Amino acid sequence: METALSVLVGLFLATAFYLMLSKKIIRILLGVAVMGNGVNLLIFTSGRLTRELPPIIATDAYVLPPGAANALPQALILTAIVISFSFFAFLLVLAFRAYQDLGTDDTDAMRFAEPVVDDGPPQGY
Amino acid sequence: MNTIIFRTISPVLVALTLLFSVFVTLRGHNEPGGGFIGGLIAVSAFALYGLSHGVPTVRHAMRFHPMEIAGFGLFLAGASGMLSIVFGVPFLTGLWVFPTIFGVEVALSTPMFFDIGVYFVVTGSITSIALALEAREGGV
Amino acid sequence: MAAPDPNAPAVDIAAAMVTAPSTFADWLLILPVAVPLLTGAILVMVRHHTHLHRPLAGAGLAILLGLNLLLLQRVVTEGPVTMMMGGWLPPFGIAFTADVLGATFATTAAFAALVATATAGPSINTAERRYGFYPFLMLLMTGVTGAFLTGDIFNLYVWFEVLLISSFGLLVLGSEKRQIDGTVKYGILNLVATTLFLASVGLLYGTLGTLNMADIAAKARAAGPEAPLVTIAALLTFAFAMKAAAFPLNFWLPASYHTPTPTVSALFAGLLTKVGVYALLKVGVLLLGNQTGAFSSVLVVVAGSTMVIGALGALAGSDLRRILGWLVISGIGSMLIGVAVGTPTALTGSIFYAVQSMLVMTALYLAAGVIEARCGTGDLRRLGGLYAVSPLFAGVVLVLFFAVAGLPPFSGFWPKAILVEATLAADLPWLAAAVLVAGFLQTLAVGRVWLYAFWRGGPEGTPDGTLQLAGIGRIEDPADRIALVGPVVVLAGAVVLMGLVPTVVGGLAEDSARGLIDPAGFTARVLGATAP
Repeated sequence: METALSVLVGLFLATAFYLMLSKKIIRILLGVAVMGNGVNLLIFTSGRLTRELPPIIATDAYVLPPGAANALPQALILTAIVISFSFFAFLLVLAFRAYQDLGTDDTDAMRFAEPVVDDGPPQGY
Repeated sequence: MNTIIFRTISPVLVALTLLFSVFVTLRGHNEPGGGFIGGLIAVSAFALYGLSHGVPTVRHAMRFHPMEIAGFGLFLAGASGMLSIVFGVPFLTGLWVFPTIFGVEVALSTPMFFDIGVYFVVTGSITSIALALEAREGGV
Repeated sequence: MAAPDPNAPAVDIAAAMVTAPSTFADWLLILPVAVPLLTGAILVMVRHHTHLHRPLAGAGLAILLGLNLLLLQRVVTEGPVTMMMGGWLPPFGIAFTADVLGATFATTAAFAALVATATAGPSINTAERRYGFYPFLMLLMTGVTGAFLTGDIFNLYVWFEVLLISSFGLLVLGSEKRQIDGTVKYGILNLVATTLFLASVGLLYGTLGTLNMADIAAKARAAGPEAPLVTIAALLTFAFAMKAAAFPLNFWLPASYHTPTPTVSALFAGLLTKVGVYALLKVGVLLLGNQTGAFSSVLVVVAGSTMVIGALGALAGSDLRRILGWLVISGIGSMLIGVAVGTPTALTGSIFYAVQSMLVMTALYLAAGVIEARCGTGDLRRLGGLYAVSPLFAGVVLVLFFAVAGLPPFSGFWPKAILVEATLAADLPWLAAAVLVAGFLQTLAVGRVWLYAFWRGGPEGTPDGTLQLAGIGRIEDPADRIALVGPVVVLAGAVVLMGLVPTVVGGLAEDSARGLIDPAGFTARVLGATAP
C-alpha cells in the first residue's frame, strides 16, 4: 500500500512541478495547491498505513486500541491543510488583484518591481 | 442568487447554521468537531447571508469587523494557554474546573477556551476573505 | 512523538507528564513568543484606534527585547533551556528549546525590530496603519521569535508560516503596482520553499519516527546507513537555502525587498533571510550534522558563488534599495560557509556575521529610507550632493558601508577574518579567495554608491566642481527627523561597538558554534532522564 501511495505522491509532485513551470500565475498557483496535497499525502504515507481502525480512544480507556492508525501524521496533515488552505486563499486573492491592477497574469510581463527599461548605469562622478 | 425563495429561507438557514457551528465547536473535545470546523461552518453561514442579502448587511449584522473577531479569538487562545503560569504548570497545560450551575455539573477547561478562540480566529479571518471576495464579485 | 505502544496494558498518565512545577525562569522561553502574539491580537482588536497602535507595539517590542536579554543571560550561564507544551514528557509533545544560538538570534532580531519600528511613525501613513502594519509586525515577530526558540521541527514549520503570512501582509501594505508584483514573486517562491520543508519533515518523521529536535539529533547519529538521511538533509538544505536566498535560489529577493516602505524593507532584510540561515545552521549542523558532509562540496560552491554573485549584482545596480538587496544576498554566502565547512571556527565566523548583518542591513535600509524621503528617489542617477547637505549622516552611512564590506575596525571585519582563517585551515583556498574577492567587490559596490549619492556635487549631468542641491528636501518636523535618522545612528553605534569590542558577540558565536557541533549537551538537557 505504501508503494502505491508513494507512486501517487510522485505523480502529484510531477504534476505540480509541471504546472509551476508555466508562465501563467493561475497555473503556478494550481501547481502550488497540488504540491501541497502531494506533500500531505507524503506525510500520511510516512506515518505508515496499518489498519482501518480510527485513532479514537474509547471513553473508558486511556490508550488507543491495538492496531489503530497513527494519529500524529493526521494531526500534522490537519495543521498543514489549514495553513496551505489559507495561503492558497490569500494567493488567489493576490493573483486576482495582480490581474486587475497589473493587467496581466503572465509572469514574463510582470516587470513593475524590476523594470525592463534601463537607462544604463549612472555616468560620471 | 436573488430569488424570493432564497432570500426568505436564508435567514433561517443562517441562524440554524450558526447554532450548529456552536454545537460542533463545543462537542469537539472528545468527539469529532472542534473550533476549526465550527468556525468554517459559521463562515459558511455568513457567506450565505452575504450572497442573499449583500455584503453591507452582513457587515452591519456582525457589529464587529471580522478581523477584530479574529483578533479576539487569537487573544482568547493565547490567554487560555497563559493561564497556566498562575498554577505553575507548563504553557498550554489543560486546566479543568467542574462548577455546578443550576444543578448541572459543567466541565470548564482551558482547552475549551482555546478551542473557542480558534473558532473566533477562523470565523473572523475566513469571513473577512469571503466577504472581500463576494464584494469584489459584485454579489448583491 | 511516536504513537503510544499499542500493547501496553494500562498507562499511568502521570508517568507521561512532567510533574516538576515550572518556574518563572522556564516561562522565559514562552513569553518571548506569547508577548508579541498577545500584543498582536490586542492590536487587531483595536484596529480602528490607530493612535493606540504605536505605543502598544513599541511597548510589546521593548518587553520582548527585555525578555530575550534575560533568556540569553540564562542560556549563557546555564546551558540550553527547555519547556514542554502542556507538560508532556519529551520527546512527546511540543518542545520549546533555547540554546545560545537561538537566544542570540532572537535578542538581535528583537533589537533590530525595536529600533526599526521607531521609524514607523513618520514612514507608515495612516492608510497603511489602518490596513494593519503594527498587528502584522507583531505577528512577524511572533513567527521570528518562535522559529528561533522552538525545539520541534514541525513547530518550526508552523512558525515559518506565521512569519510568512505576516510578511505577505507587510509587503502589500501600500497596494502599489510594484508591491503587488513583488509580493507575487516573494509569496509563491517562499510558499514552495516551506512546502518542500514540510515534505522533508514528513520524510524525517517517516525515517526516524520523531519530531523533537533533540531526539532527531540523537537518533540521526545512531541511525544506520540504510536510512535515507542524506536525501532528507539535501531537501532541507534546498528549502532553507531558498528561504535564505542563496544562489541560485535568490531571485525572489531582489524582486521584492525594495518594493515596500523602507521600514518594512529594513525589517525583512534584518530578520527574514536570517531565519532561513538559522534553520540551516540548526538543522544542517545540529540535527543532521553527520549527513550534510556528504554534499558539503556543493555547499562550498553555493556559499562562494552566493557571495561573489551578490557582490556583482550590487556593483551592477542603479537603484539604492535593490543594491542593498544584492548586498543581503552576498552576506548570506558568508553565513553559509559555516554550514559548508562545518568546523567550529567557520561556524563562529558565520554566526558572528549573521548577527552583525542583521543590524547592518536593517540600518542600511533605514538609511535608504531617509535618502528616499529627502530626495524622493532611490535612483543613483538622480542622487548626489548629500554630503554637502548633511556630512554627519554621510559619515554614518559610510561607517555602515565599511561594516558591510568588512573593512576594519567595523563589525563586518572580524567575522570575515575568522572565515578566511577557517577556510584556509579546512584546506579550501578557493573559498577563502571567494571571501576576499567578494569583500573587494562589496567595497567597490558600496564605494560606488557613496560616491554617487553623497560625494558628487549633484545628480547626473552636474558639471564637475559645482554643487546642485535643488532636489534635496528637508524632513521638516524635528520629531520626524529624529525618528527617521535616530535609528540609523543607534544601529551604526552598535556596529562600531561590535567592531571595537568583538569579544562579546564573538564569544556568543563561539558558544553557539560549540553547541551546534556537539549536540550531547543539547540532547541531554532536553530529553533529561529519558535519553537513551
